[in-house]
Amino acid sequence: MISSEREQMTIPPDGRPPSEQPKWRQDFPVDWPQDHYVARRDFTKFMVLTSFAFVAGQFWIVVQNFIRHRRGLPPIRRIAGLSDLTIGRSLVFAYPEQHDKCLLVRTGENNFVAFGQECTHLACAVVPEPEKKRFLCPCHNGSFDLETGKPLAGPPRRPLPRVMLEIRDGAIYATGVEARVV
Amino acid sequence: MAVPSHMEFFIDPNRCIGCQSCVQACGECDTHKGHPMIHLEYVDRAHSTQTAPVVCMHCDQPTCAEVCPADAIKRTGDGVVQTARKPRCIACNNCVLACPFGVPKMKTEFQLMMKCDMCYDRTSAGKKPMCATVCPSGALFFGTREQVEQLRPRSTPVNQFRFGNQAITTKVNMMTPKAGHAEYVDVTAAMNEGAIGKEITLNVLMNGLFSEKESQ
Repeated sequence: MISSEREQMTIPPDGRPPSEQPKWRQDFPVDWPQDHYVARRDFTKFMVLTSFAFVAGQFWIVVQNFIRHRRGLPPIRRIAGLSDLTIGRSLVFAYPEQHDKCLLVRTGENNFVAFGQECTHLACAVVPEPEKKRFLCPCHNGSFDLETGKPLAGPPRRPLPRVMLEIRDGAIYATGVEARVV
Repeated sequence: MAVPSHMEFFIDPNRCIGCQSCVQACGECDTHKGHPMIHLEYVDRAHSTQTAPVVCMHCDQPTCAEVCPADAIKRTGDGVVQTARKPRCIACNNCVLACPFGVPKMKTEFQLMMKCDMCYDRTSAGKKPMCATVCPSGALFFGTREQVEQLRPRSTPVNQFRFGNQAITTKVNMMTPKAGHAEYVDVTAAMNEGAIGKEITLNVLMNGLFSEKESQ
């Protein structure tokens, strides 16, 4: 069955049988079915290499995990004083690294929320809109809930990473980041 | 799906009236982006209004595919030579220069060789090619051998061609006079000998020149 598909239909101009033809005629056949023919060896090679790629990917994940555990917990850092923010106002701060921008929003007298500012869709900076109780991503009109950071509308499917907060001695401290999937 | 083997293409250049219907019909098709793939050639423009339609002859040993350095031109199982594969074609023009019938067209705007593929989307679904459906004089005919035998009792289909020393067998047939007993059609013969029959010369301009000279 396979051999008949492999068989050449177009006869080369010199008219000699396929066995006497140069090697390139087999590699570059004129016939469409032959051109689409995948040899068992090629298929096996593809499968083996793909499996190797998957194995390497798994190891990469393990290494990443290991590095993350080595790094330990993020530092506790003071963001702002309680009196720095009035209700409904927000503040941009960097936590835990210098380039990880986050948003602190005061939603009530003693209620503060903080989320990473990167939209989980394509990493645009989200804009807080406390009067509409949402964070808006202007790139693709995605929006997140102001209280929970969960996606409400638009392309994003994952919630914003939440920054854990603590209030001590009239100041707000960031104590950690909770990256969530749902 | 494939083009059924009992359906064949017959070209009868004798019957061509140069109406351009086939060119227009071919150009309307979206599968080749509105460009006509058929050629309507003047046989001897200076001396005659005779035209001849040229579609791809779908050679058994396609010269275009032989010369393609990018392995882009393929022939399907039913013997139809297809337009160059877009991901492979490098727009090198080799096929355009090599084809004995001058069929492939180089579309530089697409960086792609495009050619007549016998309306593969239609013929593989049991329909006739666009040009054959519109030809009013029957110069392009698509059907069975029996049908053409009945329609053209004085002609016989030939699918053997010579281009210099190259012998070509094609899928598409050329109608030749039965009385001539032609074994093959010489593609380049017209280059060596003049057309048979009465020559029409438009000598209006020459007359004018002479009369002017005489008056001086």
